[in-house]
Amino acid sequence: MTFSEKYKDEIADILSRYPVKRSALIPLLYLAQRDHGHVSEAAMKEIAQLLGLTPPQVYETITFYTLFNLKPVGTFHIQVCRSLMCALVGSDTVLEWIKVKLGIGPGESTADGLFSLCLVECLAACGTGPMMQINDDYYERLTEEKLDRILYDLRSTGTSALKSGPFMWPEPVGSADRPSS
Amino acid sequence: MPKHELILLKNMMQPGYTGSLPDYEKTGGYQALRATLGKTAPADVTATVRKSGLRGRGGAGFPTGVKWGFLPKDYHGPRYLCCNADESEPGTFKDRQLMERDPHQMLEGIVLACYAIGAESAYIYIRGELVLCSKILERAIDEARTAGYIGKNILGTGINVEVWVHRGAGAYICGEETALLESLEGKRGLPRIKPPFPATHGLYNKPTVVNNVETLANLPHILTRGADWFASIGSPPRSTGTRVFCVSGHVKRPGNYEVPMGVTFRELVYEHAGGMRSDKPMKAFIPGGASAPFLTPAHLDVKLDFESVAAAGSMLGSGGVTVMEEGTSMVWAALRLMEFFYHESCGKCSPCREGSSWLVQTMRRIMAKRGRMEDLETLSDLCKNIAGRTVCAFGDAEVAPIQGTLKYWREEYVALIREAEAANLVMPEPVARG
Repeated sequence: MTFSEKYKDEIADILSRYPVKRSALIPLLYLAQRDHGHVSEAAMKEIAQLLGLTPPQVYETITFYTLFNLKPVGTFHIQVCRSLMCALVGSDTVLEWIKVKLGIGPGESTADGLFSLCLVECLAACGTGPMMQINDDYYERLTEEKLDRILYDLRSTGTSALKSGPFMWPEPVGSADRPSS
Repeated sequence: MPKHELILLKNMMQPGYTGSLPDYEKTGGYQALRATLGKTAPADVTATVRKSGLRGRGGAGFPTGVKWGFLPKDYHGPRYLCCNADESEPGTFKDRQLMERDPHQMLEGIVLACYAIGAESAYIYIRGELVLCSKILERAIDEARTAGYIGKNILGTGINVEVWVHRGAGAYICGEETALLESLEGKRGLPRIKPPFPATHGLYNKPTVVNNVETLANLPHILTRGADWFASIGSPPRSTGTRVFCVSGHVKRPGNYEVPMGVTFRELVYEHAGGMRSDKPMKAFIPGGASAPFLTPAHLDVKLDFESVAAAGSMLGSGGVTVMEEGTSMVWAALRLMEFFYHESCGKCSPCREGSSWLVQTMRRIMAKRGRMEDLETLSDLCKNIAGRTVCAFGDAEVAPIQGTLKYWREEYVALIREAEAANLVMPEPVARG
């Protein structure tokens, strides 16, 4: 089944939001990525056709944005923030931990295809650094113990309770997670 | 507890507040919408916002009511509101909290802004990484639509406003309003040459307003409690209201703190954020996100308002305050930010595209103790030739970390270069061969 057949309703819903078709390009690329973990050339061609664009128009757009994977990535795609605010509180150390624990560096994947690693710039979590994003989820205020637990959880259950919920920092008075003063 | 009244963070500070529609309504939510739509003329809403002195909270600080006033009065085609939720300025993490913890506050602001400018469609352009936040917003929009606050014929007034969440895809530049519009149109996020401004030629070439999340979240409060109330808070007449400042770095309690504009950095850092994390004293701070030049502890008594920070040689920007303790290398810190800008330069203008690469290479060389004294001249020269010579403000932003650190910590650059010179002992002379 082709992409457009498989997601017929979702595609129609996305297209209905915009008066100009091309605006649906990024949302449709996300849909393709959700399907495959990356956006394949075939998907790009199909999306081009859906929107009345040429394949190069799709390609020039997708290559501008860092969140699209043009090649397959690991089941769990780890993105460690390296910007100054996280670096001030230890993101370089987090990267070293991950390198040692998984045996991969930025741009690499583990042999079993489970984890891939990359470095990213600021993810808007500067008050709760060091932090990383794995697939859709944020993990903040990382420690080595937390990292071990997250990797263990992902390996064994595919998800981790340590991922961030609705963000608020510092937490209101009375909350258990509030940092001591 | 804070000494002043919280406006934007008030609801979410209540124990058990989930940000759901019933929770928001219990705190008086959507009362501004009920009282305004169809009852106050759109022009009067704009006038109230202008009178309140509200200025954009995204970074540039442009007066919101004035921005709305630039929309053509005699144009009858579609107009658009874009909510800039592409929070990407390093050091800033307030919009994420405002949206994830109290989404309806911003949504009510969006509908009010649409009413004021006559827009029937609003797009929330949110940074792509914030997946949870997008889901929370979409759920909140559904709740509001079901309750009749969003959609067709809102509360029976005949007014239509539809709101959609549109995810960006990982490009800092898309926080620049015209790059945001390009991206929303499905293209590469390259800033447009201005004029024309979005007010006349924005999304799909139609009149458009782009407002930041925090700016919009203030609107229900201004319309409920009045322009005079808002204008009395903070540092009137030019910096009114509160701001949510994001404190990060080497402090005891990093996080978001809402304070009236005009309190000092000292109060923000030492009272709200608990002071330094260890016994090391403060060495430097960035007052308003990565694009704002570094300041020193001598500036701690500068007030957190637009004019005071500008007078101190930096900018209030996006409200991201990053604190660094003694022992932090300022060359390293500037290089880290420079690497960010190098990575994020969109490539449209050559001074920025080529210049950011030169700056990073020169900085890396100095940091690796292979620098030369003339590199300092090269850095200053590059900064001068980038700032003000690009289509958008990115050029000015990318030179800020280097200019700020060169101004106050030049000796750290010199020390690294001296080490390089000492290690190089003798430069071999060319040997004459007969």
